[in-house]
Amino acid sequence: MTEIEWPLYEVFVRGKRGLNHVHVGSLHAADDEMAVRHARDVYTRRNEGVSIWVVRADAITASSPDEKDPLFAPAGDKVYRHPTFYSIPDDVPHM
Amino acid sequence: MTVTHEDELQEQFDATIARHDRIEPRDWMPEGYRKTLVRQIAQHAHSEIIGMQPEGNWITRAPSLRRKAILLAKVQDEAGHGLYLYSATETLGASRRELTDMLISGKQKYSSIFNYPTLSYADVGTIGWLVDGAAICNQVPLCRTSYGPYGRAMIRICKEESFHQRQGFELLMTMMRGTDEQRAMVQESVDRFWWPALMMFGPPDADSPNTAQSMAWGIKRDTNDELRQKFVDMSVPQAEVLGVTLPDPELRWNDERGHYDFGQPDWEEFAQVVRGAGPCNTQRIAHRKRAHDDGAWVREAATAFAAREI
Ligand SMILES: [Fe+2]
Ligand SMILES: [Fe+2]
Repeated sequence: MTEIEWPLYEVFVRGKRGLNHVHVGSLHAADDEMAVRHARDVYTRRNEGVSIWVVRADAITASSPDEKDPLFAPAGDKVYRHPTFYSIPDDVPHM
Repeated sequence: MTVTHEDELQEQFDATIARHDRIEPRDWMPEGYRKTLVRQIAQHAHSEIIGMQPEGNWITRAPSLRRKAILLAKVQDEAGHGLYLYSATETLGASRRELTDMLISGKQKYSSIFNYPTLSYADVGTIGWLVDGAAICNQVPLCRTSYGPYGRAMIRICKEESFHQRQGFELLMTMMRGTDEQRAMVQESVDRFWWPALMMFGPPDADSPNTAQSMAWGIKRDTNDELRQKFVDMSVPQAEVLGVTLPDPELRWNDERGHYDFGQPDWEEFAQVVRGAGPCNTQRIAHRKRAHDDGAWVREAATAFAAREI
């Protein structure tokens, strides 16, 4: 008999209301519902979350490997998108 | 891949390590780095999984419902730690099935400490205090290890370990406030676990050929001997509070060094246990294999059910 391996799921947890779901790790489960149950037992034994998302790892599309990826290059040379690009006199209030 | 390209990737990798930045799963990494990580994280995961057995041994015989609930929660945490670490290992391309096979077939090791038996209930306390204590010493610096998923798993684990150590210490304190018989049980337990706990940091630096490379890669942050010293320095005052004697006649404060001097564990015994000839090696693996085999029908049934749902 060949060993069955349950598919890999990635797990995302919302720590509390007002926060985004954050990736916390992965686990194996036979189906989606079991993945949620396992995620509760593995990743939220101490009230670490109020909501869990699970998604099969093979359903995720990622930008390519390296952090130096050209995908992020367009953001690299647009310093004017950051507030610190603009110099404003110190005595202007509420700025 | 051209040579130049590979050189460039190596340079980027080196620069990331030099900046104390983290390597993430899909980054290029040298094969040696990947292999070292897989071996180390898998061994760590296996230790958590096998580590459930010595303490699990006492769950049905815990002396009160309170102690039983605590012990169950602790052992369940260790299962969780194993899963966080397997998850980190899988980001390096290892499969869970492979990892389980390597443990059961003895191709990958786990910490030698779990090959010692738990002969009395006091051992539950001693393991929490000394074994989880030593694990914390090892693990806190690993939160800053260079491989991202490993460091993040360690952060989760360290948060939970302090409960483990404190429940153990409290258990021993309670027993030390009890009868002479209970105090003797604690002392006897500490006598058995002290030296194996010191061995948890691995062989002396002089006999640990891989340490230098692991430190250069930012996987390890401290040498075995540095961590062992830190553990001894932490444990002596705790032993005083408990009122137990650590079984080392050479143990004394060294004013000049600002550390405790201490004796060497029996490294011959350590080598034997690592080779598989410790008191419980066979039993631990046999138990793990049985649990895995007994679970086969569950894995199959759940898979069949999932297939029907679609
Ligand atoms: Fe643990
Ligand atoms: Fe622990």
